[in-house]
Order: sequence, then structure tokens, then C-alpha cells
Amino acid sequence: MITNDLSWYFILISALLVNNIVLIRFLALCSFFGVSSKVETSVGMGFAVMFVMVMACSMSWAIYEFILAPYNLEFLRTAAFILSIAALVQLEELYIRKMLPELYKQMGIFLPLITTNCAILGAAFLAIDYKLNFFNTIIYAIGVSGGYMIAIILFAGIRERIELAPVPHYFKGYPIAFITASLMSLAFLGFSHLFGL
Amino acid sequence: MSTWKEFTKGILKENPVLILVIGLCPALAVSSSANDGLGMGIASLFVLVMSSLVVSALRKVIPSAIRIPIFIIIISTFVTIIDYVMHAFQPELYANLGVFVPLIVVNCLVLGRAEAFASKNSVWLSVVDALGMGVGFALALTVLGAIREMLGNGTLTLFNIEMLNFGPSFKPALIMIMPPGAFLTLGFLMALQKRMSEK
Repeated sequence: MITNDLSWYFILISALLVNNIVLIRFLALCSFFGVSSKVETSVGMGFAVMFVMVMACSMSWAIYEFILAPYNLEFLRTAAFILSIAALVQLEELYIRKMLPELYKQMGIFLPLITTNCAILGAAFLAIDYKLNFFNTIIYAIGVSGGYMIAIILFAGIRERIELAPVPHYFKGYPIAFITASLMSLAFLGFSHLFGL
Repeated sequence: MSTWKEFTKGILKENPVLILVIGLCPALAVSSSANDGLGMGIASLFVLVMSSLVVSALRKVIPSAIRIPIFIIIISTFVTIIDYVMHAFQPELYANLGVFVPLIVVNCLVLGRAEAFASKNSVWLSVVDALGMGVGFALALTVLGAIREMLGNGTLTLFNIEMLNFGPSFKPALIMIMPPGAFLTLGFLMALQKRMSEK
């Protein structure tokens, strides 16, 4: 359980390894299985998610803290968060295309996909549920998206090797990918209760 | 006849979890017991049917340039309803499902059906399609949960009633109700489905 009492590096390690967003918390699985066939694209996806997640979590924290909570509008949080994240992704896409065309070429195709990446909305909800302050929310967002990046890059590397391996006919494609993910998840379970987290 | 086809395609031929591989996050996360899987399935079924109904009823009024934000508002309305209803009447189930109840709003299955089917078809066909897809989703979650619960805990509970108990002589494999068991079970179910469909 993450609280404000923990120092920032424990929050980071907890989000990065102990409660890995993909392998332990089961969020962002669609892009985890969809965009992980090559290491290169998964690195791009990882950075795009990190960028959007830090922005989205700090924005939803501000919306909740300054608009929803003071006026007792907590029931609107689902609608408010998803709409503001969709708008944010659109704005970021426009901005990057105009100001940083090099970067846009590299991660442009991933940006629209990120709106439906449930890890973004999930991390925003979890940061509110844990009642984190603004600084810890940002640390938490960096940790969660870093955990996503570690998982998807490792997984893409393994999948590139599996392409060449002799896999039983009925297990080709998704089934073997799920079994690979199961073994990775088993490895990450080894981190549980690290530093008592 | 075509109505029946629209209904059954979601259950077997285009099962959202096993064939289309969408809606994975809740499918894996909440299927550590059959009861939780069923609860999540019913909640998603409600959101899916109601949002398909509203989207297809309004399909001629919604301007296509801003259709996605409108779909999201419609979906999040029903997600908020089921969120509060479940919190009030099924507090234990709600605690088990946790953050995955509000996250139904980003389940690709719901938005996918709104975009690919309900925005192009009549109200009646859209509701039938959503019912089929929702039942297929709920069925996949319940089967996944039942397998994991039986192997990992030695029991089977549905609608809060204990249906099956293997007794103290059964040594449960704890790994099945932990995260790796979810990936493993779904991998084997998919391989089994592939084998059955190719025969």
C-alpha cells in the first residue's frame, strides 16, 4: 500500500517492480500484447506512455483537488478524467507535430493509441485512491510508466526470439505469448514484499 | 435468423476475449474467482448494452467528427451508474473488483462495439449484438475464474453460493489465483480453442 508517509524512492520502487503495472496489476495489456513484436517500437511506446502518464496524472490530480473535491463532484471523476486525458493527448499530438517534428516521426503513431491505454486512467485513479500529494503523484506516475517500459521491452525481446523457436502448432501466436507473460509475471512475483512494500 | 446470428457470434465465433483478444485487462485481473469474474461480466454487459442502445438511437444526430468524445461521455455515464449501484448493493464484490469498475470506461470492447457496430446499425440489431458480445465476455471471465478458483483454491463459488468444495485432502496450487496463473490459464484456453476450431 502506497501512502504519503513513504519516502519517494520507496514509492518509485513499489510502482516500478513490486506492483508492476502490467505483470502484477494487469493494466495496459492491450498495448502490451499488441505493440510488443519488435524491441524498437516498444521502446517508442514506452517513452510515449511515460510522457503522457506524467502529464495526465498531474492534470487529473489538479482537476480532482481544485474542482471536483471542493464542490462535492467526486461522482464525475470517471467522465472528467477520461475526457481531459483524451483532450490532453490531442493537444500533445498537435504540439509535438508542430514543435518537435523529429520526435513526432518516432512516436507519432503511438499517441492516439494512448487515449485508450487503461494504465493512464488507472494510474490517475490509483493516485487519487492512495491520496498522494502532488510531488508523490508525479513520482508515482514516473514509476508506473517506467515499470510499463521495463515489462514491454523485456517482453518484446523475448518475443523476437520466440519467432525463431519451434513452437507447437496450436500454441503459435497469442497462446505462447500469454505463457511467456505468465513466466515473466512469476519472475516479478519474486519482488513482492521487497523492503516490506 | 440473422438476429440469432448476430447474437451467437459474440459467444463463440467472435468471442471478445478468446478470439478478438480485447478487454484483456479486466478479464485477467478479476478472474481469480468465478464469482468476481461473473460480477465483472455482468457489470460490463450492462454498460455494453445500454451504451450500444443510446449510441445507435442517436447515430443520425451525432456529428462524425466528434463522435468518439460523445461515445465516451455516453459510456462513462453508464459506468458511473454501475459504479455507484455496485458500491451500494454489493460492497464486497465492489472491494474485490476495485479500480476495474471505473476502468470499464476504457475497455476497448465497449468503445469498439459503439464505433464498429452500434453507430452503423439499427437499435434492435445493436442491442442484440451488444447482448451477444457481453454474454460472450461474461462467459469467458466466468470460465477463466472457475478454472483458476478450482485449481488454486479448491472451491467454486457462483452468485455468492458455494457450489463445489474439493475438501481438505485437495492440495491447491496457489500460483493459479496469483497473477501468473491468469496469463497461463488464458494461454492454454486459447490454444484449446484454436485446436477445437481447426478440427
